Amino acid sequence: MRSQGFQSLPWRFRGLSTSALLLYVYLYIPLIILIFFSFNGGRMATIWEGFSLRWYADVIQSEQFRAAAANSLIVASISASLATALATFAALGFRGRPLRGQGVMVPFLSFPLVVPEIVTAVATLIFFISVGVPLGMIGLVMAHTVFCIPFAFITIKAQMDTMDHTLEQAANDLYADPRRTFFAITLPLLWPAIFAGFILAFIVSLDNFVISLFLAGPSSTTLPIYMYGMMRLGVTPVVNAVSTILLVVSVLFVLIAAWINNLNKK
Amino acid sequence: MISATQKQRRFGLAMPAVLFIAVLMGGPMLIMVFVSLVERAPDGGVVWGRFTTAAYTQFFYEENLLGEMSFNTDYMQIYLRSIYLSGFTVLATFVVGFPTAMYIAMQEPRRRALLIFFLSLPFWVNLLVRNYAWLLLLRANGLLDQVLMGLWITSEPLNILYTNTAIAIGLTYSFLPLMVLPVYAAMEKFDFSLVEAAFDLGANRVQALLHVIFPGVKGGIIAGCLLVFIPCLGSYVTPVLLGGSKSLMIGNLIQAQFSAARNWPFGAALAFVLLLMVIMAAALRAVLLRGRNRREL
Amino acid sequence: MAIAMQLLGLDFNLSFLSADMISHQYAGTDVKVLNNLTLPIHENEFFTLLGPSGCGKTTMLRVLAGFEVPTSGRVLLDGQDIVKIPPWKRPVNTVFQNYALFPHLSILRNVTFGLRMRGLSRAERHKAANEALALVRLEDFVNRMPSDLSGGQQQRVALARALACKPRLLLLDEPLSALDYKLRKEMQGELKRIQRETGTTFVFVTHDQEEALAMSDRIAVMRQGQLEQVGPPSDIYDRPATSFVAGFIGDSNLLPAVPGADGRLHLAGGVDLGVAGQQPAQVMIRPEALKISPDGPLSGRVADLVYSGAATRFSVTLEDGSGTVQIQQASASTSGISVGDHVSVAFDPKQLWVLAA
Repeated sequence: MRSQGFQSLPWRFRGLSTSALLLYVYLYIPLIILIFFSFNGGRMATIWEGFSLRWYADVIQSEQFRAAAANSLIVASISASLATALATFAALGFRGRPLRGQGVMVPFLSFPLVVPEIVTAVATLIFFISVGVPLGMIGLVMAHTVFCIPFAFITIKAQMDTMDHTLEQAANDLYADPRRTFFAITLPLLWPAIFAGFILAFIVSLDNFVISLFLAGPSSTTLPIYMYGMMRLGVTPVVNAVSTILLVVSVLFVLIAAWINNLNKK
Repeated sequence: MISATQKQRRFGLAMPAVLFIAVLMGGPMLIMVFVSLVERAPDGGVVWGRFTTAAYTQFFYEENLLGEMSFNTDYMQIYLRSIYLSGFTVLATFVVGFPTAMYIAMQEPRRRALLIFFLSLPFWVNLLVRNYAWLLLLRANGLLDQVLMGLWITSEPLNILYTNTAIAIGLTYSFLPLMVLPVYAAMEKFDFSLVEAAFDLGANRVQALLHVIFPGVKGGIIAGCLLVFIPCLGSYVTPVLLGGSKSLMIGNLIQAQFSAARNWPFGAALAFVLLLMVIMAAALRAVLLRGRNRREL
Repeated sequence: MAIAMQLLGLDFNLSFLSADMISHQYAGTDVKVLNNLTLPIHENEFFTLLGPSGCGKTTMLRVLAGFEVPTSGRVLLDGQDIVKIPPWKRPVNTVFQNYALFPHLSILRNVTFGLRMRGLSRAERHKAANEALALVRLEDFVNRMPSDLSGGQQQRVALARALACKPRLLLLDEPLSALDYKLRKEMQGELKRIQRETGTTFVFVTHDQEEALAMSDRIAVMRQGQLEQVGPPSDIYDRPATSFVAGFIGDSNLLPAVPGADGRLHLAGGVDLGVAGQQPAQVMIRPEALKISPDGPLSGRVADLVYSGAATRFSVTLEDGSGTVQIQQASASTSGISVGDHVSVAFDPKQLWVLAA
């Protein structure tokens, strides 16, 4: 039924493929240009003066960069781990026949994504100061975990929902009690989604700016905050270089997460 | 049949995540509202015991040195600009994104997955980086100018940067996938043979689009509009990098209260109002979709 | 009435497995999925639960497996009530309708799974697995993954996996319903062979009565959570206990009959059926037991006919108002007959079966 429509429609609505192509170009060109100019030999960000890696050298040697990157990696690792653990338990708790209140609790886990970041940032800042949480790495980890949970949860729950439940019944039937069933059957099948969820949570924490800006103390600058500081000072290829590094890391991780998640779908 | 102990176990598994979010989002929200009603302290903090609605009246009225109140439209302008720019972005992302969503929906399944993947990939790149790229392009004598002047289309720098236009471009670029993805999701479930039938009955392309396709994917369109509108309204990165001091949005305004302006209650009040606007938009969506097929959401 | 019928089919003393007065309803509903069901199952037999969808046969199977605890009743295995024992402690294995092979494990590891859980040594496990796979003729597939196999092959692996554990009872939940016709017929033969070779007690669930008749030692016909009849296939077919069973198994003609002054049953139009009877009853006769023949006592008009090669099926409306009967007869002997013809129909009183009205 649908395939019939597909064959004749695209040429009826002319220009669709062109507009789609233009859109993809529009999406990627600015990033490609940014990456391109990070290799610019000259000092001006947008006037090409030959190929050079000097800016990357500058960046990597910069103490501030290394400190910020370290902070970001630490916060991301801890937040993503914590979030993934919580999300995994939640996904396990919500499977099967619905509990009372589940209809509210499951969407609630996505709540952090719905609220604008600036509101969350302001509210959390005020909260931490009133309650006495110091503005530093600990606060950052707590705040990051909150918005990491939805990303991990959605990934894991998606896999959970498509998993065949009779597999666990079959394991029970074959003399495996619930504990052994979990470790022999459920966990191995869930593992790729858990890992993919972790990676996505990691990227999201690494990339976070607004919330981190409000909650970071002077000694817990994260990479995006560092970048922002440089951007305010001026447009130089160094900024391009740092941006490219972050961009490449994010994209790489997304590719890994997608590949891992696909392993399950044979 | 779920046994009672099984129920307890499942609750026990799910509750930590729910509680974590409830405490670290609910608590802050409540305190934020509380702080918005508290008196501002001169050094930037708050005076905990004293309640006042000064933060909210500050939005409309300004008190000058003599203690007189005069109507002040500055803040309202910022809010209106934000609403306007957000609305414009919704429109722009729709116009740009809808044909692409349709195109992808018409491909065969494997190609579709690939296209969707590459569409959402830029979304995982840091927002600062994405807006910075446009900073490079739009600044005076930046790349756009170089290209245009090199081709003799313009003779002077366009000076797009630090204007509303720059913000609009940045917002559209940042949130485009958020429009395309829900619309695509709705299109995927849409039965295109209905369009064939419309053509068969004599409709032209425009009519088919307006009377068959749009109503059919209405749920996706509304979802996309909301998903773009809300982050735009509260956006901070784009106006701060591309906007400059003459084109402030709500995000900048709020942030300023916690740095230079040191007016926490006002900042809290602004944030709370923003939150209310978001809730209203979400309620609007629920109303618009009332009675529709839940599957399309 | 139903209880009397159940008692007729039962044999309490010799059964090694007995489901006793099992009733079950799901939490929050009043509907009894199983209603005082009692099934005695003999050791080494091929026992089939047969019935239309929704009759509770799958639920009964799940009770036997341990996935459901019935609201009341007992399941006695060798005299012990196992109704509350969880599935992983029962010497009962299941072949699932969708096979449920573990996708991340090889065929070998799938088949040895139960044995591994039981703690058998590697050598023992491999020996048992190879035996089981040889039984289903898939010895060469040990190192493949489930996704490499076709549906029919996966089916056989699921069977091997359950058999490898040498269970007291093997439960099969409509295992052949996803297979195409040819494969189905083939597997029916295979299952029967395997059951005889291993001597394992099979409890087989199906809604296909042809399948049940072909494979079973005994059949339990179920309807709406209750037992209609239990017995060997010939009993079920030739001597159905209720009109439901008569209608469900094979095709049947059910004609209303009344007792006459001569102590025998007569059709509405007066034709003597040749069987004794004091009460009004329903008389069942199979289509192949009726014959279109020039000197038959019944007469009617051919309403419809369906030619299928060796046999032809006729719908004949009887003149005495008893209704329309289905007749199946060799095409050779009825070649001249067409729709609208007036024919006479004969029957053998010995092939009639009387049911309660």
